[in-house]
Amino acid sequence: MDFTTQLLIAAISAGTPLLLATLGGILNERAGIIQLGAEGLMLMGAVTTCIVYIRSGSLLLALLATLAVTALLGIIHSFLTVTLRANQTMSGLAMTLFGSGLSAYLGKSISGLPLPGTSPKLDLGWVKSIPVIGDIFGRLDVLTWFSLLLVAALHLLIHHTSWGLHLKAVGDNPATADVMGIRVQMIRYSYVTAGAALIGLAGADMVLAYAPTWNEGLTAGRGWIAVGLVIFARWNPLRALFCAYFFGALDSLGFRIQLLGSAIPPYFLKMIPYIVTILVLMYLGYRNRNKPSGTPESLGTPYIREQRF
Amino acid sequence: MKKRGQAFSFSFVVMFLLAVVLAGCGSNNAANNSAANATEAPATGNAAAATEPAASAEPAAEAPKVAFVYIGPPGDGGYTYQHDQGRLYMEQELGIKADFVENVPESADAERIITELAQSHDIVFATSFGYMDFTLNVAQKFPNVKFLHASGYKTAENMGTYFGKNYQASYLSGIAAGKMTTKNHLGYVGAFPISEVIYNLNAFTLGAQSVNPDIKVDVVWTNTWYDPATERQAAISLLDKGADVLLAYQDSPATLEAAKERGAFAGGNDSDMSKYAPDNYLTNPVWNWGPYYVKAVKSVMDGTWKSEQYSGDMADGMVALAPFGNKVPEDVRQLVEDAKAKIISGDLNVFTGPISDNQGNVVVQEGQTLTLEEVLSMNWLAKGVEGTIPK
Repeated sequence: MDFTTQLLIAAISAGTPLLLATLGGILNERAGIIQLGAEGLMLMGAVTTCIVYIRSGSLLLALLATLAVTALLGIIHSFLTVTLRANQTMSGLAMTLFGSGLSAYLGKSISGLPLPGTSPKLDLGWVKSIPVIGDIFGRLDVLTWFSLLLVAALHLLIHHTSWGLHLKAVGDNPATADVMGIRVQMIRYSYVTAGAALIGLAGADMVLAYAPTWNEGLTAGRGWIAVGLVIFARWNPLRALFCAYFFGALDSLGFRIQLLGSAIPPYFLKMIPYIVTILVLMYLGYRNRNKPSGTPESLGTPYIREQRF
Repeated sequence: MKKRGQAFSFSFVVMFLLAVVLAGCGSNNAANNSAANATEAPATGNAAAATEPAASAEPAAEAPKVAFVYIGPPGDGGYTYQHDQGRLYMEQELGIKADFVENVPESADAERIITELAQSHDIVFATSFGYMDFTLNVAQKFPNVKFLHASGYKTAENMGTYFGKNYQASYLSGIAAGKMTTKNHLGYVGAFPISEVIYNLNAFTLGAQSVNPDIKVDVVWTNTWYDPATERQAAISLLDKGADVLLAYQDSPATLEAAKERGAFAGGNDSDMSKYAPDNYLTNPVWNWGPYYVKAVKSVMDGTWKSEQYSGDMADGMVALAPFGNKVPEDVRQLVEDAKAKIISGDLNVFTGPISDNQGNVVVQEGQTLTLEEVLSMNWLAKGVEGTIPK
């Protein structure tokens, strides 16, 4: 395998949790609700997966429990922001603090215990025989395939169905959507809940794919990177795929440059993803300066029927 | 607008409740440690402890109040876990109850927490390198309290240091790695390019070369003690470059997991990690702090304590080697055991010359052995290590 193929494989492995969390964030924010709770939701997802997998021995049960727990947190977030119209930034930050604290507390009972397994790999014999593509796609795990299918599904949903149209209407102009007969609150609740569950799944992927054991704070800030990637991807699932893998590739590129024996200090190599992100944002900002930004227009604004602003 | 205002205030109440729940979780931990509440902290364990040793030993030897400051949670399965095991061992051996505070950052917070502990305790163990200056500051304010700082180099009248020659176990891990590799290519995931990691990397390399002179060791620096995603990327980049046995001076088992996926061998650091991947586990250095903690607290109790820079090793048991993984064959185990016996007896010293660095300079002359100080300030990479120490 050549350098590029290896880097691609590493990019997919590093990018998958980011991709799942970014897709979750996109669902949230397309509906007009800011999601800053990703870090806490990922930690809650990770700890739930660990507890249920270790206690029950069933991966499926663990994943279902993860989806349920983080969906519940999503419902809390939507209750706060949709029904109570609380400040979405505050509620998201509270979710992050709450999730990190609670996951640390719950995780005490199982910390240091190994998971009974990791996420199963799909051995695709016939794909493996294809050069390059076989190396990359021949042995991906279930969650990676799921995230890839999800990208396609969400792309179709958002851009090619009437549900997507409703979602965008709710995120852009809830008053108009309401007049059209779209149930704004219901849509916001559903997408915030689904988004939170996806972010929780990202946390599950981190323990299943990286280090099969619970440890406090194991996401190490990746929730925040996902929050940034949502904006980087301009709320678009296909771009999210590119951005997450791009970020994953940069993440592992630093080590590869170290191993080439370069004289660049690793401190600088570790900055690569962030520096490149800033550069790309500057370039995109310049290139798209006269185009709409893609931001859901009413992002962050609670909707109250018949209220005038 | 009024309604909206109500909604906002209600939501703030809910968020406040969330915060209280959160704080509740936090204070639950603190209550376990009982260090946050300095006043009630020593009360519980002490009443029982005061009577017990006092009956057996001299009347003067009242049970000291002991506190530990941890960098991570005791459940980290690594560095802090081993310290906590040491604390439990000490509690059991001496029949006293110690307090601990976990997750103390190496910042001004540490000074505040150590100060609080010093007000209500007789002995404070600060278990991470970054507490050095803060511990020293506090030590100067509390001359009657004994401070013991792990892995540092600053001492005072009432502040000593302790650490162990874990490079001895790194050398033994290197022997195992040198025998297990089929490509003569090892990989080392280093946390930070500091002397502690550097001398362990060099010892690992020298150990491997002692059984297999053609070995080369690739090193990458992650600049983190604990971040599974980053550690995994580091491990995969080493495996991609062709290394087939890895050792990670890191706190998570991510490297071992990555090695398992590729059918390679790996070891971790600080504690026995075999349970994560028994068939791909090599071995690695582990800490065993218990006997030292017993000794230190005892010496304070009988008044013989004096400030020193204590360095444990394999002979006194502070440093040990984790049990081998399932797939490490008998002859390799035997080879490591032989070398271990020689290290314990003093016949084998890891840093005895001739040793060259990877720039071609002789850093230890034939027949010479590095002093402990020279080891602790090591800033060169041994011949065979492919990588640099970032400046």
